[in-house]
Amino acid sequence: MWTERIRSRAVGALPPEKLLPDRQPAYVSSWIYVFGVATIAALLVVVGSGVILGLKGPAWWHESGVGKFFNSIHLWAVEVFFFAMVVHLWGKFFMGAWRGGRAWIWVTGAIVFLVSIGTAFTGYLSQQNFDSQWIASEGKDGLNSVGIGAFFNVADFGQMYTWHVILLPVAVVALVVGHVLLVRKHGVVPPYAAKVARAASAKEPA
Amino acid sequence: MSPRQPNPAPLESADWDGPYIRYDLVKEFVVALVVVTVLIVLLTVLFSSPDDRPVTIQQWSRTDPAGFVSTAVTELDGSSEVATYGPPYNHTPGTGQKIGPLNLQSAAGVHFPIDTARDFVLNPLGSIPGNAPLAGALKTYQAAPAAQQKSWTDAYTKGLDSATFTGGVPQLPPGDYGPVAPMMASLAGMAQTGGLDGALLNANQFYQTNYTKPLLFLSGGDYFESRAEEQHLLGEQWGMMNETGSYPGQVWLWLYTFWYQVAPFDTSENADAQVWALMMLLSLAFICIPVIPGLRSLPRHLGVHRLIWRDHYRRVEGNS
Amino acid sequence: MREMAGRLGPLRGGLAAPAVFNLNSPAHYVHWHFFQMSVANVILIGLMIAVFILALVIPFPKREIEK
Repeated sequence: MWTERIRSRAVGALPPEKLLPDRQPAYVSSWIYVFGVATIAALLVVVGSGVILGLKGPAWWHESGVGKFFNSIHLWAVEVFFFAMVVHLWGKFFMGAWRGGRAWIWVTGAIVFLVSIGTAFTGYLSQQNFDSQWIASEGKDGLNSVGIGAFFNVADFGQMYTWHVILLPVAVVALVVGHVLLVRKHGVVPPYAAKVARAASAKEPA
Repeated sequence: MSPRQPNPAPLESADWDGPYIRYDLVKEFVVALVVVTVLIVLLTVLFSSPDDRPVTIQQWSRTDPAGFVSTAVTELDGSSEVATYGPPYNHTPGTGQKIGPLNLQSAAGVHFPIDTARDFVLNPLGSIPGNAPLAGALKTYQAAPAAQQKSWTDAYTKGLDSATFTGGVPQLPPGDYGPVAPMMASLAGMAQTGGLDGALLNANQFYQTNYTKPLLFLSGGDYFESRAEEQHLLGEQWGMMNETGSYPGQVWLWLYTFWYQVAPFDTSENADAQVWALMMLLSLAFICIPVIPGLRSLPRHLGVHRLIWRDHYRRVEGNS
Repeated sequence: MREMAGRLGPLRGGLAAPAVFNLNSPAHYVHWHFFQMSVANVILIGLMIAVFILALVIPFPKREIEK
């Protein structure tokens, strides 16, 4: 039965104690580990402030003090989001976090980084101010040069706004969910072999 | 292996069989959310956000009428940057950036057809009602052969060098400008009332979100670019990373804008396409680090991990 | 002289809460050979590197190993 098969595969990959563990390997003891969750927290604030901006529409953040406030929240949340994500990425690179069958964790993380850049780009285009005019004017040349501009028109506010508020955020959130579930499934990557282990293996006869 | 004794060479794909600590993930998430939210609100209260008003064609024509009219003439005679851009706006031979032999720009074709003479000058002027002299000038211009039209626009372009502007309307020295002189005077007047902004946006339908035409018209002139230059937003100013005012910008675009500053891209006619291709390649390499020999084993040699996992290595190597 | 008020645009309606620090003034830039970057961006990148290093070196609160 399909339902049974899917359920047993899901529960097999992620039993409750793996999905929401109450313990971690003892090597998870560095401040570098908080930047993943900090990135997700910032993403929540980005989405939350974005939802509020969307409730009143594009003119609101130019016309009202409260709208401007949430516009600022959204901008700084994006800066904090990228800040945390880059520190997280540096940490994960230096940990070689793709080891032990965790390649897809790295891949989903790298892709969500790139998709986030695209999401931010459409956001800057949706501001409806001088900055968005200039970015559209310059961005069109880059995209037109490789034919993408024929289908993705940075001067079309309606298209850019739609990509920004729904299409790309759905992609970002889906990738983040997949990324985190993979981390829960595989566990946090263990440390590289210690020097004593490498010395011991070097002494072993061939 | 006792649970208190960490494995010095753990099997990386297996579940950890060494020591564990109690770890409250949900509490960690809530704390992170509170800390991050407080930080964001603090940044908002301290710095707010930029919101420079957009440039309009009305503003351009009032602030720099000479620049506006000289750009408008090039849109009319088809010599402007937009008129000769190529796909996706028009078919212009020899256009389209290349990556080696590949011309993806041309391959994509024309999807937003723009005839600058028709769309930026003739149609907007044609929408002005009750102006018989203007209607006559338009009729004369459109009925004239191409060579005659070029003669008028060339003369007008030359005459602009000595033009004066009264109330934003160009006054040229005597010359054979034909109907181009009254057309340009009317276009300047229309622009200064804001009518041209509206006409370019709402040419075909009431509801519109596509700003391609007014934006392209703006980008053809120096005024728009000079405003960007003041804010250090130009390509050669690493502008892609910058924001208006003193705000931080899109810092994550540093590598994308870097290539435009160095050879051979800084002088290449195909810089946009080449940089795009290079960045796609580097992005692919970034995604595929786990399978690239050399790169995937670099962290082990760099040794930063020994700092991250120093407690673990102390336990393992201290007990050996 | 650019039209500052027109450029920024007053907020129409609703209360405008000005920021503590006004960053709408022209930026300062760091120039080094062909490299140029706004001070704000330099600060951001510097902070990123500093926070990364701090995250590596600042000790994490010790937790008791589970028996």
